[in-house]
Amino acid sequence: MLFDILQYGFMQRALLSGIAISIMCSIVGLFLVLKRHSLFGDALAHVAFGGIALGLFTGIYPILTAYVVAILSAVGVNKLRESTKIPPDSSIAVLLTSGLAIGVILISISGGFTLDLFSFLFGNILLVSNEDLIMILITDAIVVSIIYVLYKRLMLIVFDENQAKVSGLNVTWINTLFIVLASITIIASIRLVGVLLISSLIVIPNITALLLGKGFKKTIFISCAISVFSVVFGIVASYYVNLVPSGTIVLTMVSMFIVTIIVKNMRFRLKKIVVTK
Amino acid sequence: MQPIIKVTRLTYYYDSLPTLDNISFTVGKGDFLGIIGPNGAGKTTLFQCMLGIVGDYKGEINLFGSDIKQNKKILQKIGYVPQKKSVEQTFPATVKEIVSLGVIGMKNRSDDIDMAIDFVELGSYRNKRIGELSEGQQQRAIIAKALAKQPELLILDEPTTGIDSATQERFYDLLTKLNKDKGITIVWSSHDMNAVERLANKVACIDRKLFFHGQSEDFFGNEERMKSYVEFAMQSHMNLHFGNKINGKDKLETK
Repeated sequence: MLFDILQYGFMQRALLSGIAISIMCSIVGLFLVLKRHSLFGDALAHVAFGGIALGLFTGIYPILTAYVVAILSAVGVNKLRESTKIPPDSSIAVLLTSGLAIGVILISISGGFTLDLFSFLFGNILLVSNEDLIMILITDAIVVSIIYVLYKRLMLIVFDENQAKVSGLNVTWINTLFIVLASITIIASIRLVGVLLISSLIVIPNITALLLGKGFKKTIFISCAISVFSVVFGIVASYYVNLVPSGTIVLTMVSMFIVTIIVKNMRFRLKKIVVTK
Repeated sequence: MQPIIKVTRLTYYYDSLPTLDNISFTVGKGDFLGIIGPNGAGKTTLFQCMLGIVGDYKGEINLFGSDIKQNKKILQKIGYVPQKKSVEQTFPATVKEIVSLGVIGMKNRSDDIDMAIDFVELGSYRNKRIGELSEGQQQRAIIAKALAKQPELLILDEPTTGIDSATQERFYDLLTKLNKDKGITIVWSSHDMNAVERLANKVACIDRKLFFHGQSEDFFGNEERMKSYVEFAMQSHMNLHFGNKINGKDKLETK
């Protein structure tokens, strides 16, 4: 069944880019979730929406404007949070709403939604071009390699920023670099599930993996496996059942999350019964 | 012999209030210094200045002969155990992964990591997630992290607050072992006066200003001095909360 659909070029591109995006989002997502910045992905995606609207309005390649606007906004909000001690969730709310507001204004000026904008909002992985695929693979290689190098440093910062400072790490620099990596990950992933569903890729595989109670490295691998499976299953299933791929991918992830909770609770109750007996 | 820590006229203001006021003291190699003071006395701020976490202070802090602002490399010689904070149960790192964070940037230290874990008696928990351990065990894991890089100086900020007394005793034994057997210089803040009297050879009493710094027995063996310290601490807090507002300036006086 899988081999049949692999004959189609659009499906090959969809699966390849989907796998690359899911790995990248899982890895970046674990650090965001542990920093309690789960909604940062959502906020960045909304800012990217403003950037995309700006691109469509000015006639510049929308993904490029989304990159620029999202990176600048993310770094700016991070600085704002550090210098004013605004709580992280509040600064994320500022980011989210201002991005959406800019987008809505630009759309209304340019005369309403276009098909392009709709695909950015809800994603359409089947429309990935060869150029998009190359861009996604390059982004994936950059993000994964840098996080591989900074892995332990990021873990320490997430565990305790003060201890990271005492270890001699340049915490501000690493945080800024991570924010930039998170921004480019989000923008590259918009094609897969769209602006409105992007945080699912960041959050759901990671909280599912965290429920399984393994070490840091294992959690990353489990999260990637859940994400890759959901994306491949979602794309293939949506093709055969004629559903929207983005929604199918997210619902597959949510189903795995719910199944994990149920299995975990059942195991806990079973253990309790064994201990009582 | 050159002191390991030399703090000279350290002053730090937070929101225009003096958190540390003209503090000077030294710590020699092998010393076990207990720092005591009430909540809000500036103990954590003092450590944060000493470790370079806070940089906008006045005065000078020399660690191992270098100014902490000029030479961050000396941090490699220091292990730091912050105020106890509970780790979330779902935090995914195992004990071994947490301890390995103590040797970031150092090569081939896996033996040191294992030795540090064994030293704090967490060998059978090395592959357990840190969030699943008790608070006392979590704190020992943080100590192992600090020990993995084989520090010459260990700074501990109220590490046993909120931990039951049996676990505290095991913790104190561990600190004594580190100081006596490994020769590690220890600077440790605590509210547990009895423990400080028992463990530390030197003591520093602060409440924004330094009230006393010297041999432990010179403080704990002098009832008059201890009494005036309590008065000093009370006076200091009265001045902080009421004196500034009434007179527009800090009236704190050291006895």
